[in-house]
Amino acid sequence: MYNFNKLYEPTSVEEALRLKKEHPEALILAGGSDILIKIREGKLAGCDLINIYMLEDLRGICLEDDGSILIRPLTSFTDVSMHPVIREHVPVLGEAVDQIGGPQIRNIGTIGGNICNGVTSADSATTLKAYDAVLELTSLDGIRILPYAEFNLGPGKVDLRQGEIMTGIRIPKESYENTYGHYIKYAMRRAMDIATLGCSVNVTLNDNKDAIERLRIAFGVAAPIPIRSTKAEESAKGHALDASLLDAVAEGAIADVTPRTSWRASKEFRLQLVKELARRATKAAVEKAGGTING
Amino acid sequence: MANKDITCTVNGKQRTFTVDIRSSLSDMLRGNAGLDSIKHGCDVGECGACTVLINGKPFNSCIYMAIWAEGKDILTLEGLSDTKGTISDIQQAFIDEGAVQCGFCTPGFIMSSIPIINKDTPSTREEIRKQVAGNLCRCTGYEHIVDAIEKTQKKRIAEKKKN
Repeated sequence: MYNFNKLYEPTSVEEALRLKKEHPEALILAGGSDILIKIREGKLAGCDLINIYMLEDLRGICLEDDGSILIRPLTSFTDVSMHPVIREHVPVLGEAVDQIGGPQIRNIGTIGGNICNGVTSADSATTLKAYDAVLELTSLDGIRILPYAEFNLGPGKVDLRQGEIMTGIRIPKESYENTYGHYIKYAMRRAMDIATLGCSVNVTLNDNKDAIERLRIAFGVAAPIPIRSTKAEESAKGHALDASLLDAVAEGAIADVTPRTSWRASKEFRLQLVKELARRATKAAVEKAGGTING
Repeated sequence: MANKDITCTVNGKQRTFTVDIRSSLSDMLRGNAGLDSIKHGCDVGECGACTVLINGKPFNSCIYMAIWAEGKDILTLEGLSDTKGTISDIQQAFIDEGAVQCGFCTPGFIMSSIPIINKDTPSTREEIRKQVAGNLCRCTGYEHIVDAIEKTQKKRIAEKKKN
């Protein structure tokens, strides 16, 4: 038995928005793999819940007319990783969420919940950040479109305003076209573990496939929130595919991260991981794009 | 606290249960349906001892609201044996391969293995391990569990080819 107080059960998105406006303190319950556990542990005991898990309108993935990929927030990690649109256009996102928990958690956990929790270790967050995802936040007053880059305000804090519910995650066409990504999750176990550090890189090469046209790199657990490293990205722009590219990306990344010591790993170890994962993920992304790093 | 009627298919039969809305699916299946193969292990989705299939996919019933079961097709270990109570090939394989020691994790492991043993192409041991990575066993060291799943998958694939 879960020790919560009130349970609201909207049957439509509109009703959910109305309930959220009327009861701002009530928590949105998606897959529950964080909330139900926090209720069990007592941290959220006695809370009020708005159960949106049954709202099918908030589930699914499609390709829109302008080529954007639209992921509805209640889509499970399993469904993200298996979906043909994701497999064709952003396979790295499927590969990243396929490393979360175990099969049972991937069946219940939702990509929207992963983002709205606002934790730095979220496995979907780094790749979505690295692909400049755009969020659709809906309230009774209308729809607010917010770049995911601006969503995380602090650990566990996100820019969801009063009465708002996340209703969509979009990856624009120019963001995934001719772009190849690679995600590395470093953890103590290969399953049922939270990332010690996560790194997601994607690259677009020039026509000759001998230089970087665009590189984007994001880290999880390297700062209080999932972050991009603009220094690494700037130093990679236009860079030839040689060994010094990897050095430039690693050095740029180190300058942008602010990891801390936790029981999982020390700050020093995380800094080492930032350098090494940046190098490895960049190399893998370049290779997926059809390039080779010389020297 | 309010009660609610939940109608769903459990092991092939349509059932309606009156549950407290605060119940988990594991509470409903053990308490209302009397299906004791579902174990309350960690109760926080870590150990997999409460695994059931919902519409063919494995879920931890301890972190699944009973009210979400409305209209769903649920399969538990009890649903694997035939009407006479004869156990299925995967259960027999767990016995034959020594994959059961204390037995607490066994129903969960077997339910997590169902989607794998029904595949048309053989899985590697690594793939099998990934599919049961959400289940913990503190006795066997996992090798015999992977053996049992691998053996049953091979047997079922061979049977499909014959037919």
